[in-house]
Amino acid sequence: MKNMNLTLKVWRQKNDKATGKLVTYPVKDISPDMSFLEMFDVLNEQLITKGEEPIAFDHDCREGICGMCSMFINGRPHGPKRGVTTCQLHMRSFKDGDTIVVEPWRAAAFPVIKDLTVDRSAFDRIISKGGFISVNTGNAQDANNIPIPKPDADASFNAAACIGCGACVATCKNSSAMLFVSAKVSQLALLPQGRVEATARVKNMVAQMDEEGFGNCSNTGACEVECPKGISLENIARMNREYFTANLKE
Amino acid sequence: MSKLDSKIPEGKLEEKWEKYKSTVALVNPANKRSLEVIVVGSGLAGASAAASLAEMGYKVKCFCFQDSARRAHSIAAQGGINAAKNYQNDGDSTFRLFYDTVKGGDYRAREANVYRLASVSANIIDQCVAQGVPLAREYGGMLSNRSFGGTQVQRTFYAAGQTGQQLLLGAYSALQRQVGLGTVEMFARHEMLEVVTIEGKARGIIARDLISGKLERHFGHAVLLCTGGYGNVFYLSTNAMGSNVTAAWKAHKKGAFFGNPCFTQIHPTCIPVSGDHQSKLTLMSESLRNDGRIWVPKQQGDTRKANEIPEEERDYYLERRYPAFGNLVPRDVASRAAKERCDAGYGVGTSKMAVYLDFKAAIARYGHTQAVKSGIHNPTAEQLKKFGKEVVEEKYGNLFEMYEQITGENPYELPMRIYPAVHYTMGGLWVDYNLMTTVPGLYALGEANFSDHGANRLGASALMQGLADGYFVIPYTLGSYLSKEISVKAIPTTHEAFVNAEKDAQAIIDKLFAIKGTKSVDHFHKALGKIMWNKCGMARNATGLKEAIEEIKTLREEFWKDVRVTGSADEFNPELEKAGRVADFLELGELMCMDALNRNESCGGHFREESQTEDGEAKRDDDKYSYVAAWENKGNNNYELHKEELVFDVVHPSQRSYK
Repeated sequence: MKNMNLTLKVWRQKNDKATGKLVTYPVKDISPDMSFLEMFDVLNEQLITKGEEPIAFDHDCREGICGMCSMFINGRPHGPKRGVTTCQLHMRSFKDGDTIVVEPWRAAAFPVIKDLTVDRSAFDRIISKGGFISVNTGNAQDANNIPIPKPDADASFNAAACIGCGACVATCKNSSAMLFVSAKVSQLALLPQGRVEATARVKNMVAQMDEEGFGNCSNTGACEVECPKGISLENIARMNREYFTANLKE
Repeated sequence: MSKLDSKIPEGKLEEKWEKYKSTVALVNPANKRSLEVIVVGSGLAGASAAASLAEMGYKVKCFCFQDSARRAHSIAAQGGINAAKNYQNDGDSTFRLFYDTVKGGDYRAREANVYRLASVSANIIDQCVAQGVPLAREYGGMLSNRSFGGTQVQRTFYAAGQTGQQLLLGAYSALQRQVGLGTVEMFARHEMLEVVTIEGKARGIIARDLISGKLERHFGHAVLLCTGGYGNVFYLSTNAMGSNVTAAWKAHKKGAFFGNPCFTQIHPTCIPVSGDHQSKLTLMSESLRNDGRIWVPKQQGDTRKANEIPEEERDYYLERRYPAFGNLVPRDVASRAAKERCDAGYGVGTSKMAVYLDFKAAIARYGHTQAVKSGIHNPTAEQLKKFGKEVVEEKYGNLFEMYEQITGENPYELPMRIYPAVHYTMGGLWVDYNLMTTVPGLYALGEANFSDHGANRLGASALMQGLADGYFVIPYTLGSYLSKEISVKAIPTTHEAFVNAEKDAQAIIDKLFAIKGTKSVDHFHKALGKIMWNKCGMARNATGLKEAIEEIKTLREEFWKDVRVTGSADEFNPELEKAGRVADFLELGELMCMDALNRNESCGGHFREESQTEDGEAKRDDDKYSYVAAWENKGNNNYELHKEELVFDVVHPSQRSYK
C-alpha cells in the first residue's frame, strides 16, 4: 500500500467555555503502517512548526488497554474498524484522498476540556459508589478456597475486560452508560465473593449513573457494536435483573 | 563511611521480615487520623498503597497525571504475576522464588528485600482473588498457572493476556472504595513538579493541575513516589506515552540518591519498528515463549518467506545455545541472542532487524491433544489445525489480535516477527529496607525504586513487586517513621518551603516558554532516544558511552536554547507537560551513561562489550562491582557515587548458566 494524502476536519475548542468548530487540515504522505494517533503526531508536528497550537487529544498506552484515547472518527467512536481503540486503528483502514472528520466524545456527562479531550471522571464516581468488593488488605483466605467454575470465571473476566473508554456512551443516542456500569456489576455479580454486596452495589451504582446525567438504555445495541473490547449486551440484561431483584428485596 | 544504611534487620534471612513486623513501632488509630500521606502515582504500587493506608486510617491524597487512576501503565502488563503458591506441586517454595529472582537479577539485588518479596507473594494472590480479580481458572474451579522465563516451575498466575489490567482494576476498585468513603482524596490530571522538604524531611509536593495549569501546594507527613520507570528516556519503549521520570528526578534533585540508573530491561519479544513515524513499541507477552519457538534462517540474508523455509534450514538458536531453558531463558539473555543473530546478518523482515516467533509446533501439538480428547483418532490436517488454533486462541487470543492490528499479518498462519525493545527499568530511587529514600519521609515503591530485581527482572515479577510494596510492605514500614511524627501538626502550605518550591516549579515553566525556539519537544526526545538506544542500549562500551555523555550535553544545551513550547501555562497544555518531562530525561540520560561507564562488568541487562566470555556470554565481576551504585545529585549535572556493598549470606553468586 502506498502512502496517502488525506483531509482532516478536526474539532477545535479552546476550553470548556469556548465555542468549538471543525477546522480543516490537509495531511500528506501518511504511511498505512501508522496508527491513527501517529498520524495526529505528524499533524501536530506540522502545526508546531507553523507556530500554531497543536490539537489536544487524550492518549497514553497506545496499545489498546488504558482506555485513554477517545476520538469520534467519521461518526463512530474509535473509527471504522470493529474491536479496536483509536490507538490501534491503523491508517491502512483508510484510502488515499479520504476526508476524515474527528470529534470528541459527545455526551452531557462528558464535558469537553479542550479540542478532542473530554472529562470522564463521572465513571470514577460511579465506581466509587460500589464497583468493588469491600475487603481490606490483610489476611484474605487462600485463593483456592473459593473455587469458581471456569465458565463463571471466564464470563466475569469478559465483563472485567472493559477499559472504561466511554465509546459506549459516545455512540449511544441516549448517552447511556449502561454498558460500562453493567460490565462492572456483572463482573462482581458472577463471582461468589461479589454476591455479598450485590444488592447495595447495583442500586448505588445505578443511582450515581443517573445523577451524572447519563441517559437510559433503549436496547439499540450500538454500544456493543462499538465497544473496542467486545463487552456484551448480556451484561445490561444481567444488571437489569440484579437491579429489579435488589429493589424487590426492599 | 558510606552514607547508605540499608537498615536490613538482623537475624536469619527467613526470619527478618516476620521479626520486623512483630517489633516495628505502631501508630494508634487516633493518631493515624491526623497523619497525612501523599501518594504520587496510581499504578499497582500507588493504588494499592493509597487504598491500604486509607483502610488503616491515614488521611491520603493520591495524584496521577492521567484522567483516571485506572489508566496507569501497570494496566498494560500482559503475561502474569508470580507467586510461590506451589499449587502445581512442582517443587515451588518461597525460597525457590527468592533464589530464582536473585539469580535472575544476576546477583545485584539485596537478599533481604527479595526474600520479603517472595514471602508476601502468596498473600497478593489471595488479596486479589478476594477483591474479585478474575484470574484464569481450571475446570475444577482452581487457579491456573503458566511458566515464565528464568524459572523451571509454573508459578505465574494470569488473566488471559491482560493480567496487569485485571490486577490494576482490582487495586483501583480498592482505591475508589476509599475515595467513596472520603478517606482518599484523588487528584487526577495532576502532575507532581517538586518535592517540598522542611528541615531535611519530605513534607509535601507541588503539583500542577493539568486542566487549569495552576500550581498547587499539598502537605503530607510523608510522601510516597509510585511513579513507575523511566524507559521513555529511549523515546521508543513499551511504556505509555506519558510515562516519565519527572517525579523521581525532582526527588533526586532534592537529595534522594538514584540507584543503578543504567539497569534497563530490554524485552526480547516486541513488535519491530516499522518506520520513523513510530511513537511507541508494543510488547508481545513473554508468556508467548511458553509455546512459541524462536528462530532465524540458517542462511544469512535469506529472502524467502518464513513458510517457504523448510524445517532443517531453521536455526532455533535459543534451543541450540541454551538447551536447559530453551525459549524460556531470561529476558536479557534472549534479547542479546536476538541482537547477535541480527547483527550477524540472519535477521528477517524488511528491516532485517527481527526474528521469528513461531506457533506452528504449538498449534500442531495442541491440535493432537484436543483431537485425542474429542475421541478423534485419525484427525485430518484441517482438524488438527482447527483444534490447535482454538487452544492457542484461548491462551493468547488478545495478543494475536493486537499483533494483527499493528502489522496487518495473521500470526496463526505466519510466524510473528519480533525484536527486543526497552521495557522496564530495574534502576530507580535508592531505598532502604523500609522503602525510604535518602530523604527522610520520602518513599519510593514499585518500578520507581531500584530494590528487588537487581540487574535483570524476571517476567511476571513487576506486578508482584508493585503490589507487594503497596499492599504488604509500606503499611508496616511507614509506621516505623510516622510513629515518630505523631506530634507534628499539619504544616500550613504558606510555609516558606512551599512558597520556594512553588517558585522553583514556576521558574522552570517560565523558562520553557521564554525560549520560543524553533524545534518541537518531540524532536529533542527522539534525538535523545537515538543516542541512548545506540550507545546505552543492549550493548555498551566505554568509547560509546563517553561519546553519548558529550552528545547528551550538547543536545541538552540545544534544548534550552531552541525548544518551542506552544500555548500558555494557564491552560490544558500537553506540549508543556512533555517539555518538562523531556528536560528531566535529558539530565537522567547522562547519569545513565555515567553509571554504565562506571560499571565495567556485564550483569543482567547491562552488557559491557569489554566484559564477556569467549562464547559471548555476559561476564560479571563480583570482586569489583558487587555493589549498588547510588548517585547523589550535587547540582548542575554533577554527581557523586556512593556504594552499597551487596552481602550474600545465603545465595552464593555464580556465573549464571541457562545451558
